[in-house]
Amino acid sequence: MDAKDILGLPKNSFPPLDKKSRPPKESHRKPDGISREVYALTGGLAPLMPALDPSQLKKKPPSDEKVAWQWLGITSSARKDNLHLYHWVRVVNGVPPTGDYSFAKYNKSVDITKYTNEEYEKYLTDPGWTKEETDQLFELCERFDLRFIVIADRFPSSRTVEELKERYYSVSRALLLARNPSSVDIASHPLVKEPYNISHDLERKRAMSLVLSQTRQQELRDEEVLAEAKRIAQSRISAKVSQESEMAVASNAGVEVTERTIPGETVSPLPSNAQHPSIPVSSSMSTENASTLASLRILRVYLRTYALEQMLQAASSSAGLRTIKRVEQTLQDLGVNLKPRVPTKSVCAEHLELRKEILTLLNLQKQLQYKEAEGLPFREGSYTETPGTPKHFHHGKQDRAFVPDPSFGGERTGKRDQKRKAPGRLSEAPSSPAQSKRPRKLKASDF
Amino acid sequence: MSQPLPLKRQGEHDDGAAPIKPSRLKIALSSDDADKKNANKRVKEVEICVPIVYGTSAFYLGRKASESQSHKWTVYVRGASNEDLGVVIKRAVFQLHPSFNNPTRVVESPPFELSECGWGEFEIAITLHFHSDVCDKQLDLYHPLKLYPEDESGPQSTKKPVVVESYDEIVFPEPSEAFIVRVQNHPAVVVPRLPAGLNLPSPVPIETGNEKERGDTKDHPLSQWFLNFSEADELLKLAAARQQVQAHIVKLRRQLSLVEGMPQLSKPPSTYES
Repeated sequence: MDAKDILGLPKNSFPPLDKKSRPPKESHRKPDGISREVYALTGGLAPLMPALDPSQLKKKPPSDEKVAWQWLGITSSARKDNLHLYHWVRVVNGVPPTGDYSFAKYNKSVDITKYTNEEYEKYLTDPGWTKEETDQLFELCERFDLRFIVIADRFPSSRTVEELKERYYSVSRALLLARNPSSVDIASHPLVKEPYNISHDLERKRAMSLVLSQTRQQELRDEEVLAEAKRIAQSRISAKVSQESEMAVASNAGVEVTERTIPGETVSPLPSNAQHPSIPVSSSMSTENASTLASLRILRVYLRTYALEQMLQAASSSAGLRTIKRVEQTLQDLGVNLKPRVPTKSVCAEHLELRKEILTLLNLQKQLQYKEAEGLPFREGSYTETPGTPKHFHHGKQDRAFVPDPSFGGERTGKRDQKRKAPGRLSEAPSSPAQSKRPRKLKASDF
Repeated sequence: MSQPLPLKRQGEHDDGAAPIKPSRLKIALSSDDADKKNANKRVKEVEICVPIVYGTSAFYLGRKASESQSHKWTVYVRGASNEDLGVVIKRAVFQLHPSFNNPTRVVESPPFELSECGWGEFEIAITLHFHSDVCDKQLDLYHPLKLYPEDESGPQSTKKPVVVESYDEIVFPEPSEAFIVRVQNHPAVVVPRLPAGLNLPSPVPIETGNEKERGDTKDHPLSQWFLNFSEADELLKLAAARQQVQAHIVKLRRQLSLVEGMPQLSKPPSTYES
């Protein structure tokens, strides 16, 4: 408006929008045609974009066709038996639909290669299979479109699915090769390129069933082992890295003093020092420390606070931001400065240890949480990650009718958790995940 | 060519640091060359630490204050126990706000401090240069100058300065032998127990320019305002915190083992929706 004044333009140079007069009215009066709740989704106001008029939504598009429905008979090319069926057909302007039955095109079948008797004699004989059986197999394959489960069920003699598959595919492959002896094209045919491997298939299915039938305990154990293995691998890598950097440092120092010192003297302390950080450590923590120390050494001079920062960064690189915030919150609750006021060597060491212990504490809290939640058989993803949304969890709880559901007020608790920013209550029930957003069972200690 | 003559080993002394005996000096003279070469040898097992405190102290000028000069402040770097840092630091460069004349102020000898008058608060960059046998790399510190007290109630006092100090420690992870030997017994420097079998050369004093200058800040005019940094307090607090956390961990572990021992509830039917 001011701009218009400045420019000297007339104020109402364009037609006033309808929308302007409408929004104040519309906020009080919802349009007909859509329910109140649906309208509330938009925030109770008209949408910013010119929306469809809701009353128009239920109208049908104007059509100039005359549509009637007739009870007609159909013949489908999919059927071979000339069966006449009748159903309601949408007739437009008096013209019934022409052409094949519209669903006939979905009647697909698999191309099963057929062999002649001579071909059988020549290429396809197998000690484990009689000709009859093979014929039966092929017939069933065609009938059931290679659905081997069904075929195995219908097969007269009991054969496993894998055996049937193997016979079928090896026959088809042999046929293919026999019929096109020198053709290069078929080399890329899937049957030729990747033949069916029965032992592989059996092994695969066995492994899958093993995984499927694993108990929860085993799952957890497996994950722990994997995590441990990962950590060991990591520590090996970082031990290697720190060894390399140690070598770099040592070689630097060596280079400097070469002109003054006898090389022999500098070499002797080298191996002993290089050994130091390269000793494979079982815990990743100390390797991180070792690599941080190595990088600090390179600096020649540094401040204790800087060293502490580096150590903290290295330690928290594996933890997420939320975990770090939790650790800091815990430190504050304990009355400890986030950054020590008197950062001497021992103070820094104690500080780092304290942080490590708090991390352990938080992990245990989380573990306990999961264990308690496990009271309900609810499997969802990996247990080391943050669980799914509270809503999801909730759903699982409510499904279990036979499990006493102490947290039907869980929704409330969930909200409470989210709103609450108060410090974690260390002195209270240990399973109080003060910082977590998941709804949790209400305990007597909560009140 | 190792040390040809057996010298008294440092590690054999219980007090951790052996004063240089005159006999050693005599022997050392004849193998001066070897000493020089060894002096620059770095000792990896020893970490030298220099605890410092750096900060600012600002006085409100009261009646004498003008628009542009309301406060008189001093920025300094001192030893944590007010000892002389000149043994380690060669010079300190204070980088002030560009609105000052010659904002780069160099202080060549201890006490490493600088006083100025001004009205504004800004961040001061302090660069410490060390003696050649200590470290050839410089170290940077940053400190925000604070003139106005936290407590804004009432008029500012001209008698009590606004003091902000930070404690830190300069760490030399691989000091040269010459450095170790020179500062071994100096109160401003923390030298840990030297490993056995360490043959240190004789100390070579560094040039300090003005020997008469009082190096330490023990009797500094501002010393009454210096803050106290007690390691013991912090250690105590940390130890208490750790105990608390450890007790908590034990409790949780016990709980966890209880829960794990609980039998699992029956599995859901196959129509379970996930």
